[in-house]
Amino acid sequence: MGLLNLLTRRSSSPVLVRLPTGSFTLDPGGRIVASTLPRSFPTARVQQIGALVLSTFQSAREARIPLTELIADYSALKLTARELRGGAIIFLAPR
Amino acid sequence: MFTRHKILLLDDDHELVELYREMLCRLPSQPEIFTATSGARAIALLESQPFSLLISDLNMPKMDGLQVLTIVRRKFPQLRTAVMTSVVDAQFRTRAYAMGIDLFLEKPNTGREINFFIDCIESLLDREADTGGFRGVQSKSLVDIIQLECLSQSSSVLKVTNGSLTGKVWFKNGDLIDAATQDLTGETAFRKILSWNTGNFEILQAEPERKRTIFNSYQGLLLESAQALDEAKGQPPEGGGATGPAESSLARLACFNGVEFVISVSADEEKFESWSAENPEQISQWVRQTIKRFRAFGEGFQAGELNQLEGLGPQCHVALVSLGDTDLCVGFHRSLSQDLVRDTMSKIVIQWAS
Repeated sequence: MGLLNLLTRRSSSPVLVRLPTGSFTLDPGGRIVASTLPRSFPTARVQQIGALVLSTFQSAREARIPLTELIADYSALKLTARELRGGAIIFLAPR
Repeated sequence: MFTRHKILLLDDDHELVELYREMLCRLPSQPEIFTATSGARAIALLESQPFSLLISDLNMPKMDGLQVLTIVRRKFPQLRTAVMTSVVDAQFRTRAYAMGIDLFLEKPNTGREINFFIDCIESLLDREADTGGFRGVQSKSLVDIIQLECLSQSSSVLKVTNGSLTGKVWFKNGDLIDAATQDLTGETAFRKILSWNTGNFEILQAEPERKRTIFNSYQGLLLESAQALDEAKGQPPEGGGATGPAESSLARLACFNGVEFVISVSADEEKFESWSAENPEQISQWVRQTIKRFRAFGEGFQAGELNQLEGLGPQCHVALVSLGDTDLCVGFHRSLSQDLVRDTMSKIVIQWAS
């Protein structure tokens, strides 16, 4: 039994998620309306990105620099977000 | 040594600004042309270096031309100002001239108008700035005006305004009887007022009951003051005005085309520096918060280091970068393309880092 436990023990290391390619659309409430991202990419993470983008547009408006487009340039990913009537369309492109 | 005049051109229309820049480049005196598309940026530029002339539009969002001119007249009384507008209204013309502008021009449309515009600007630049002159009587010095009042045996009050400073000189039957400015009165105040090189003046009604505190003759006082001014020459001037370059490191970054404002936010969460931003506190908070959140996102997703964040908007574009302990936010004019924003930002980062 001890041997079986050893073989079936779950690894505690973080799960590596591949950076996805595709886009998704959010309504003003942050709900995902449409997505071309791979199904393997967790929905929670998509919503996390959406929340980040929507709150950035919102805080920019509050700072009196309203934005309609946002481009985050990471060394391994390019995130482009366009504002859509309170919602947003977000493009993810790994490098 | 020949020094080129510097002209600051203020208009909210980016394309028009570029067009006028090209026109002004044809001036025989070959001035250096700087441009601004907002009043805040124009004032920040005027604060950063001395200019010979400001040419401003009237109809602009946020801060209109008259508001800009009010601030400029107060802060930079020596600066020559011209209004160039498509608003052909006698009321605006009168108001602008009342503020002490040197020229009120309609925006040129035809080749002939362009030539006229160029001639007017060149002639304005030709007027020697060092000799000063009081607005309303361009070629007269304050000494001339005082002599005129005394020789004509006037009883009046001469009110002189130089930037934020105001002084009064009282005359009674051609005698200089009193003067006052700030906390000073009498001869001391008179000497102080005479040291102002430029400004505005107006003649007010006489105050016959004013107590006499100056008993010396006006000729003697003028002579004394002239000697004192000669001795003081070469010393740094005091009072308002763009008297010398006081370029901050942020202002230097603004020399790049299309830059509207610059904000640097330090990592200690308290300090920030801004140049030309209209609401620096709010923007600096947004910068700090946004960079922090996007950096955290990048780490969580193993997306690598956040190189740059760009935002495009209907009012302006912004680019954010982190350099060591400092976050830098640069605002660009909305007419700049994304490629140009990125290109300019990389040059700014190089200059900032160096």
